[in-house]
Amino acid sequence: MMTATLPQPPFRLDQKRVAQAILLAALVLVLSRNVLPAYLLRLPESLVLPFADWINAVFDFARDDLGLMAFTRAFSDVVEFCLDVTANLLYGKSRWPQLGPIPWVVIAATAGMAGYALGGLRLAVLAGGTFVWIAVMGQWKWAMETLSVIVVAVPFAVVFGLLMGILAWRYRLAERILNPVLNIAQSLPHFAYMIPVVVFIGVGPKAGAIVTIIFSVPPMIRMSLLGLRAVSPEIIESGKMSGTTRWQLMTRVRLPAARTEILIGVNQVIMQSLAMVVLASFIGMPGLGQKLLQLLQALRIGLSVEIGITIVLLAIVLDRMSKAWAMKQPEHVEGATWVQRHRLLAIWLGLVALGFVMAWLHPYFAEVERKQALSMADPIDFVVGGFIDLIDPVTDWLRWFLITWVLIPLRDAFLWLPTSAVLLALAGIGWRIGGWRSALVCLAFALPIALSGWWDRAMITAYTVFVSVALALLIGVPLGLIGAANETRARRFLLVCDTAQTFPSFIYLIPVVMLFGVNDVAVVAAVMVFATVPIVRYTIEGLRNIPPEIVESAQMSGASRGQLLRHVKVPLAIPTLVVGANQSIMFALFMVIIAAFIGTQDLGQEMQRALSSTDVGKGLVLGFAVAFMGLLADHLLLKWARGKGATLGSR
Amino acid sequence: MTASDVVISCKNVWKVFGDRPERLQLTPQTTMDELRATNHIAAVRDVSLEIRRGEMLVVMGLSGSGKSTLVRCLARLLDVTSGEVTVEGRDIGKLSEPELIELRRRKMGMVFQSFGLLPHRTALENVAFPLEMRGQDRSSRIARARDMLALVGLKGREGYFPRELSGGQQQRVGIARSLAVEPDIWFLDEPFSALDPLIRREMQDEFLRLKGMLAKTIVFITHDFDEALRLADRIAIMKDGAVEQIDTPERIVMAPATPYVAKFTEAIDRTRVVHALALAQPVEGRAIEGEPLPANETLHALARRIIGDSRALIPLVDQGRIAGLLDRKAALDLLLGPAA
Repeated sequence: MMTATLPQPPFRLDQKRVAQAILLAALVLVLSRNVLPAYLLRLPESLVLPFADWINAVFDFARDDLGLMAFTRAFSDVVEFCLDVTANLLYGKSRWPQLGPIPWVVIAATAGMAGYALGGLRLAVLAGGTFVWIAVMGQWKWAMETLSVIVVAVPFAVVFGLLMGILAWRYRLAERILNPVLNIAQSLPHFAYMIPVVVFIGVGPKAGAIVTIIFSVPPMIRMSLLGLRAVSPEIIESGKMSGTTRWQLMTRVRLPAARTEILIGVNQVIMQSLAMVVLASFIGMPGLGQKLLQLLQALRIGLSVEIGITIVLLAIVLDRMSKAWAMKQPEHVEGATWVQRHRLLAIWLGLVALGFVMAWLHPYFAEVERKQALSMADPIDFVVGGFIDLIDPVTDWLRWFLITWVLIPLRDAFLWLPTSAVLLALAGIGWRIGGWRSALVCLAFALPIALSGWWDRAMITAYTVFVSVALALLIGVPLGLIGAANETRARRFLLVCDTAQTFPSFIYLIPVVMLFGVNDVAVVAAVMVFATVPIVRYTIEGLRNIPPEIVESAQMSGASRGQLLRHVKVPLAIPTLVVGANQSIMFALFMVIIAAFIGTQDLGQEMQRALSSTDVGKGLVLGFAVAFMGLLADHLLLKWARGKGATLGSR
Repeated sequence: MTASDVVISCKNVWKVFGDRPERLQLTPQTTMDELRATNHIAAVRDVSLEIRRGEMLVVMGLSGSGKSTLVRCLARLLDVTSGEVTVEGRDIGKLSEPELIELRRRKMGMVFQSFGLLPHRTALENVAFPLEMRGQDRSSRIARARDMLALVGLKGREGYFPRELSGGQQQRVGIARSLAVEPDIWFLDEPFSALDPLIRREMQDEFLRLKGMLAKTIVFITHDFDEALRLADRIAIMKDGAVEQIDTPERIVMAPATPYVAKFTEAIDRTRVVHALALAQPVEGRAIEGEPLPANETLHALARRIIGDSRALIPLVDQGRIAGLLDRKAALDLLLGPAA
C-alpha cells in the first residue's frame, strides 16, 4: 500500500527492492535444485564445526581444572539437606528431623486456610479440595514427592532471581550482560537444562531440584528488575528525605514498594517449577511426573487421567494462590486482643490441632492406604476404551489422511529445500521487515544451525512447528473471533486460556496419546492444542482493545457487522495477533521437544539421546539450535508487529 | 539582617540535564539555545536566593518552570550542575553521604505532590518511618507518630493503609511524617495540587494553622498564583528555570518586574493582597484627625470603611503607633478602578 502524495524516504524503497532481489535469488535456487552442486544443497561435512566438542572441552575444563565440581557439590549438598527436611515432613522419608509425615488432613486444612486468607471461600474450597482429592485418590506420596521439591526450589530461585535482579538494576553492565543471556535462557527447551545438571549432579531428586531452580530463575530476575524500575520516584525521594541509608532505602522502601511485581515473579517461579518438576522425571525425579511418564508409556489411560487431573489441580491452586497473594492489598484490622487481630492464624492453629487429633484417632486421616483409595481408573479405562473404539474409524482415517497427505509430503518438502535457499530466503524476509540489520540477525541465528550439522533434524522440528502453528491458527483465530463477540464471553474465554496456560505442557500429551496413540499425528496434535491457547487469547485481546470510538465511527459510517469485522477490527487486531502467533511458535517449539519421547525424529529425539548418554556438548548445541529457531521467529514477528503497530498509531 | 539569619542560600545554581552536563561552562549569560545545541536542557538557570529563618518562601511557576527541580536541589535530592547551595552555612554539595543523611534525619522534612507514602505501611508506621530510620526506639516513635497524626486531625485512622485513605487524608499523613522529626526546614512540593479545589482550600487553612503553631523555615512550591498569594511571606516567580522576580506578594502585585509576572497579576483582585500600609504616605508632621484604620489589613477588608470615610488622608495604626497616612483616592482607585 503506497500513498501517492507522501514522498517515501529512498531507503525504504531500497529495502523493498533488495528484499525482493534476495527472495528471487532464493526462489531460483529452489527451482534449480536438481542441478545445484551438492555444497549448496547441504553444507559439506568439512564445514561443520564441532561445537559440541568445544562445549565439552569447556565443561571438562570447568569441572576438572577449575574445581567447579566442588562448588556444585557443595551447593547441591545444601539443596539435598533442605530436600531431606521437606521429604521427611511431607512424606516421612527417614531423615532429620524425623517428625513426618504430617497427616494429610493437616496439610489439606493448611492449604484451605491459606486459600481463605488469600482469596476467600472459593479459593479455600479449591485449595483444600485439591489436597483432599490427592489423598482420597491414593496419590499422596507421589504428590508430596513433587511438592517437596517445589517447596525447596522456589525459595532458592526467588532469592537468586531477586539478587540478580537487584544487581541488574544497580549496574548497567550487569543488565547488558544478563539481557541476552535471559533471552536465550528463556527460549532453551527444558531438556537443554537437564543435561549439564546430570553431568554435574547426577540423577534423582537432588538433580531434579537443581534443574528446577536454574530453570525458574530467569522470570524472577526480569520481574524484580521491572518492579524496582517501576517504583514511583516520589516514594524513593520521600524515603531519602526520611534519612534512609542506601541499605534502608533498598530493604524498607524499594523492595516493599515493588511488592506486586516481585510477587508476580514468585508466581512465575512457582509455575515454571511445577512444569520443570514434572519433566524432571526424565532425569529420575520421582513423583507425579514419573508416574505419569510410566503410565503414559504403558498406555494406562485411566490412571494417567487421574494423575493429569491432580497436576492440573495443583497448577491451578498454586497459580491462583500466588496471584491472589501478589494482588492482595493491605487492609487494616481492628481489635484489642491477639486472637481478634490474628483471627485466621488462631483458626488455623485450631484446625491443625484438630487434624492431628483426627489422625491419632483413625489412621485413615494420617495416610490413605493404596487399597483404600477411591481410584476410578478401571471405570475410566472402560469408558475411555469404549469411546475410543467408537470413534476409532474417525481417528484412524484422520491419522491416515494426515500422515499420507499432509505430514509426510510437507516433511519431505522441508527436507528437500536446499540449505542455501532457506538461508537466503530468511535473509530476504529479514531485509524486508527490518533492513540489513534484521537480515544479519536472521543469518546470525540460522547459520550456526547449518554449521552445527543438525540441519535436517532442525528442518523436521521446523516442519512440525510450522504444521502445528498453521493448524493452531486455523482453529484459534475463529475461536478468538467467537470469543470476542461480547464482553462476558471474552472474559470467560480468557479465563479458560489463562487456566490452560498454567498447565505443565506434559499434561497436553494425555488426551492426545489417548486418541491417536504414539506417532507423528499425536505429536502434531499435542503441539497444536498447546499452541492454540495463545492464539485464541491474543485474538480476543486484539479485538477487545480496539478503541471504542473507532468501532463507533465505523458503525456510524453504516458498516455492517461483517464489514466492521473485515475492514476495521481484524486489520487493527493483526499486530496483536502476530504477537500471539509468536508466542504460539515458542510454545510449539517447547512442546515439540517434550513430545520427543512419544517418537519424533527431530532435534528433540537427539536431545533425549544426548540426555541418556549425558553428552553435554551435543545437548547444548541442540538446545541452542532450538533457542535460535525460536529467537529468529521472535525477532521477525515482533519487529513486524511493532512496525505495523507504529504505522497504525496504536500501542 | 545578619548572615546567621539566612538558613538556605543558593548562589548561581544551575541544574542542567543532558549528555555531559558536568563539562559545560555555565555563566549567567549562557542561553537556552546554546545549551540545546549541545543536547542539554537547563531546568534551573542561574538561581540565587536566600531564605531567612522562620520565613516562608513560595516558589511559583507553571509546569516545566523548574520549581520542583529547584527544591530538589535545595534538599540535595539532585546534585546541582554548578553553583552552591548552603544550608545553615554549610555547602550541602560537599556533605558526605552520612552527613547528608544526618541532616535529613534532624533538620529537614518534605511533603510531596503525590504524597510519596509507603503503600505497605499503615498511616502510623508511615509517620514513624523517619524516626525509625534514625534509630529511635519503638515506643517513643509510636507515641510521637500518634501525636503527629492527632495534630493533623487523623486521630483514629492510625491503623489505616494509604490506599484506604482519601487524597486529603493521605496528604495529612504526608505532612505529619514530614514534621515527625521536628525539622527546622520544611519543604513542600505542590502539596495540595493533587487535591480537588474544596479539599485544597481546607488543607491550606490547615496548613496556615500549623505554620502559625510551628515557626519553621518553609519552602513551598506551587503552580497556583492564588495559593502563593494566600500563603507566602515572599514569592519567587520562575520561568524557564530562572527566577523572574522574588518579592513580597504585595510588591509583586503592585510592581511586577517583568511582563511575564504582570500577566499573572492582571487577573488578581489586588485589594485582597495589598495592605493599607502599602498605600501610606509618611506623616511628616501633618495633623492626624479622627479614628485611625489598622495598617495591616488588606484594602478589601477595609473597603467599606474607606469608601464611607470622607478624609483625603486616613491615618493608619500599627501596634498602637501611627504608621502613616493612607491616600484615600489611591485606595479608591484600586478598589473601584480609576475614575473615568
